[in-house]
Amino acid sequence: MAEDSVKLLGYWASPYSLKVKWALKLKGIQYQYVEEDLKNKSPMLLQYNPVYKKIPVLVHDDKPLAESLIILEYIDEVWKQNPLLPIDPHERAKARFWAKFADDKCVPALVAAFSKKGEEQERAVKEARENLKILESGLEGKRFFGGETIGFVDIAAGWIGCWAQMTEEIIGIKLIDAETMPLLDSWFQDFLEIPLIKECMPPQDKLLEHCKESHKKF
Amino acid sequence: MGEEVILHGTWASPFSCRVIWALKLKGIPYEYIEEDLSNKSSQLLQHNPVHKKIPVLVHGGKATCESMIILEYVEEMWPQNPLLPTDPCERADARFWIKFAEEKGPAMWTVYRTSGEEQEKAVKDTLEMLRAIEAHGLVDKKYFGGDKIGIVDIAFGQIAQWLGVIEDIVGVKLLEAHKFPRLHAWIKNFKEVPIIKENLPDRDEMMVFFKHFREMLLTSSRDS
Repeated sequence: MAEDSVKLLGYWASPYSLKVKWALKLKGIQYQYVEEDLKNKSPMLLQYNPVYKKIPVLVHDDKPLAESLIILEYIDEVWKQNPLLPIDPHERAKARFWAKFADDKCVPALVAAFSKKGEEQERAVKEARENLKILESGLEGKRFFGGETIGFVDIAAGWIGCWAQMTEEIIGIKLIDAETMPLLDSWFQDFLEIPLIKECMPPQDKLLEHCKESHKKF
Repeated sequence: MGEEVILHGTWASPFSCRVIWALKLKGIPYEYIEEDLSNKSSQLLQHNPVHKKIPVLVHGGKATCESMIILEYVEEMWPQNPLLPTDPCERADARFWIKFAEEKGPAMWTVYRTSGEEQEKAVKDTLEMLRAIEAHGLVDKKYFGGDKIGIVDIAFGQIAQWLGVIEDIVGVKLLEAHKFPRLHAWIKNFKEVPIIKENLPDRDEMMVFFKHFREMLLTSSRDS
């Protein structure tokens, strides 16, 4: 498939953008990457995602798709190699469940831990830890959510390990506790060590600076 | 596929109804268990330990949770009378609106549950949601699914009946016909679909139930 038939509008520091890059890379799909300036969004982005006006947007044969997890499902349906979702419908439902849990429960708590202060921050940290512990149960003792190799949930939620680590550094509070959540901790580490995952990651020092800058705004 | 299908739900829940509509549209026989949310069954807690919520679908002993995830499961297990389109791009578009419904839908429940400033904000959010659907979701279509209802119509089902109940109880008109002509027409069409018509909770009973529940909520928040 020609490179210009697949275009990804993204932002270098966005984990949502990153998820799509990982999926495209995993399946060996060539694409054109367009870096968006989020303070000055392109007319193209606004036209392609009029409802949310956000990245990432995948454009395939001039048809735009928005929302990272939906883009992942689309990629999985169109390009069948290296499947992200399992075949069994119940296993697929479980994968969707955990990806949703990570997005709905883990991420907001982490964001709150990052952006709040005092008691509100304490509550957010507690909630983040609790929800991360629950996410760990979804691993069911496996190395990755996808089993021996990464799949849908790994790509959907694996980035949390890196961002949580940066948050810990900035706010000075531990979120991922290797003692109380050993499997989750190993999973994050193993995931981030995978070559194709590592290759797509934005430079860590630049990312940390970016997060520190964002933190100052709070 | 002769394995038992059990649905744990509650009569007044739009999320529960979503699953009922999907099962009925596909002609899937199932056993229904009405849960008492103040005294949840041990099966419910065992099947949904993470959220402890309805609906939960149990098929051949395996539980699936979260209404829209249940619907995707039902669609995959029983492909007759499909709820999702076959084209991947159209499927992505349907899933986009499902996500939108999940993300923005709670605002109408915040209108119901709160008062004062919090409610005012929720009213604004709900109107924003309705405007987006009106502008982008129903252009040149009778249903979100096209000529017949699909998964997105089911996802937005709460707008068809529950929103009206909330408006009546709270005394705020949100979905005015002249401001939302497409949505207004959709509600009428959606509620006329036989399976939907036969499986909507009784509106009078809903009024009594939700009115009483709101009074309890507001009293307890005043006392706390």
